[in-house]
Amino acid sequence: MTDAMSGPRGAKPKKALSRNNIIVYGTLFVVAIYYALPLYVMIVTSLKGMPEIRMGNIFAPPMEVTFQPWVKAWAEACTGINCDGLSRGFWNSVRILIPSVVISISVASVTGYVLSMWKFKGSEVFFSMLMIGAFIPYQVMLYPIVILLREAGLYGSLSGLVLVHLAFGMPINTLLFRNYFASIPEELFKAARVDGAGFWAIFVKIVMPMSLPIFVVSMIIQVTGIWNDFLFGVTYISSPDRYPMTVQLNNIVNSVQGVKEYNVNMAATLLTGLVPLVIYFASGKLFVRGIAAGAVKG
Amino acid sequence: MSHSVQIKSLDLQFGAVKVLKNLNLDIHEGEFLVLLGSSGCGKSTLLNCIAGLLEPTDGQIWIKGKNVTWAEPSERGIGMVFQSYALYPQMTVKGNLSFGLKNAKVPKAEIDKRVARAAEVLQIEALLDRKPGALSGGQRQRVAIGRALVRDVDVFLFDEPLSNLDAKLRADLRVELKRLHNQLENTMIYVTHDQVEAMTLADRIAIMKGGNIMQLGTPDEIYNRPQNIYVADFIGSPSMNFIEGQYSNGVFSKGELSLPMTGYEYVAPKTADRGATIGIRPEHVITGELVSGAPVKVEVDVDIVEPMGSDTLVWAHLAGKPFRIRMDGSARVSAKERLTIGIDPSRASLFDTKTENRL
Repeated sequence: MTDAMSGPRGAKPKKALSRNNIIVYGTLFVVAIYYALPLYVMIVTSLKGMPEIRMGNIFAPPMEVTFQPWVKAWAEACTGINCDGLSRGFWNSVRILIPSVVISISVASVTGYVLSMWKFKGSEVFFSMLMIGAFIPYQVMLYPIVILLREAGLYGSLSGLVLVHLAFGMPINTLLFRNYFASIPEELFKAARVDGAGFWAIFVKIVMPMSLPIFVVSMIIQVTGIWNDFLFGVTYISSPDRYPMTVQLNNIVNSVQGVKEYNVNMAATLLTGLVPLVIYFASGKLFVRGIAAGAVKG
Repeated sequence: MSHSVQIKSLDLQFGAVKVLKNLNLDIHEGEFLVLLGSSGCGKSTLLNCIAGLLEPTDGQIWIKGKNVTWAEPSERGIGMVFQSYALYPQMTVKGNLSFGLKNAKVPKAEIDKRVARAAEVLQIEALLDRKPGALSGGQRQRVAIGRALVRDVDVFLFDEPLSNLDAKLRADLRVELKRLHNQLENTMIYVTHDQVEAMTLADRIAIMKGGNIMQLGTPDEIYNRPQNIYVADFIGSPSMNFIEGQYSNGVFSKGELSLPMTGYEYVAPKTADRGATIGIRPEHVITGELVSGAPVKVEVDVDIVEPMGSDTLVWAHLAGKPFRIRMDGSARVSAKERLTIGIDPSRASLFDTKTENRL
């Protein structure tokens, strides 16, 4: 006799520790360790005094926590004749970063808006040219730009470097904005035109409020890219007084005179990485939303 | 009757493709005109030209006696309702309704008054502080209509406004639109591919194909006196039966079938003999007890019977061609049966086979 309700019934039970799960989580765990360990070593080392570092146990937590290396890295470390630490580079970087990010996002967003919603004759050609710009290797342009900046009287100045960052950030950011704006339904744009909104009114009142995630993505790309830039900083800035933080960090860490102060180097490196880190944490959620663009359609 | 919207020899080209071809259309004040056609016929393109969202290659558009060919959309006195509603997602319903008025720098007190009035007409007062995301499809479409309503426009443009709604809601909103038109008495131009919407709403229908208007007329004219085979085939569901044959001396014939066209209203007073196609609507075939009184009686072989409740659709053969007959739902017919039907030539349509135009 067969019971109609015997055999499998209801939800299928799931095994917590299946072979697949063990492999997947095991791999993830190993990779996570591989990634996190150097960070751990850096933090621990930066909190130790030099005698303790010389004992050689790089994985050991500090026996005596000291913030002296951080203070020294920020305010006292010497590069060349200046002995005021990374603080000088930090403020230089800030002065490069803010105008570069603000101007590049403003210009790129408006350009992307035009290229997606106010197409003109030749707008596709213009866009293609902009994209080709994104694929030319930096090395090819390094020296020609030196000459251009020199002729313009901007070589060695912070504003010259800002100009370079603006030019190099333009293709990728314009592409980003154009593609995001292209996902906004065309009828919305038409409705706004029927409602009497002009070029700027549509951009400010309709497009921008719908596009916060992509502005955040663009900001993150620009902030981390410009903050971490080393090549342009070392090429287009001629005086140590105006070096950005990354270049100054290199000069501190690679200094050949005197004893190598590992704890100060570690602290300096962590200090330099702090800005992008803060940006990521502060805007991580929006960043993910922007990357998964299209999921925010009204 | 005064003119509201006039389209004068309008041409539109996208590259080498001609989307609108020398189009002329005269829309009366207060008229509900439906542009009907299958996708790609240029009906939405024409509407966008009237709205000023697309620039024509040649020709003129006049609204209320003014040449608006080069005017901005907001200067034309038009309001537009889109298929996807196109509500601004970050604004509340109230913000959506007042956006156009704010752009026009209307005083705040006046804006509040007009928004309140539109909300009352459309019964969306309770929704004013909600965002579009929190509304149902029907409510969103009401807000979209309200956006045109508050601006006190002369002409309403609708671009397939009901296509995104489910069938029941579509029928409800259709009636509401008709009521709104009776109440406001504005000119309305309405684009759709749904012939039921067109027949029920329109004062006049313009049937478009390939950038041309195939026929412009009242729903009655379009249905009963289609000007060409395309219109005859497009309107009606199930569509008209066509039989290709010969016309001579007032008689249409095809094989054994012979139909004297007594009572048929010809377009031209004298019609010469030629190759002709006759069109008979499935619902105009006479069946049941009425057959005995029919002008012409023929026998057909039944292939398939589709009972649909209210009526029964019979698929048969006549003169070697598939022939659809719509019968009363209570009729009892079975497949493989031989059925006698009646045909009234005065209700049929006769076309020239070569030109496809009505005879």
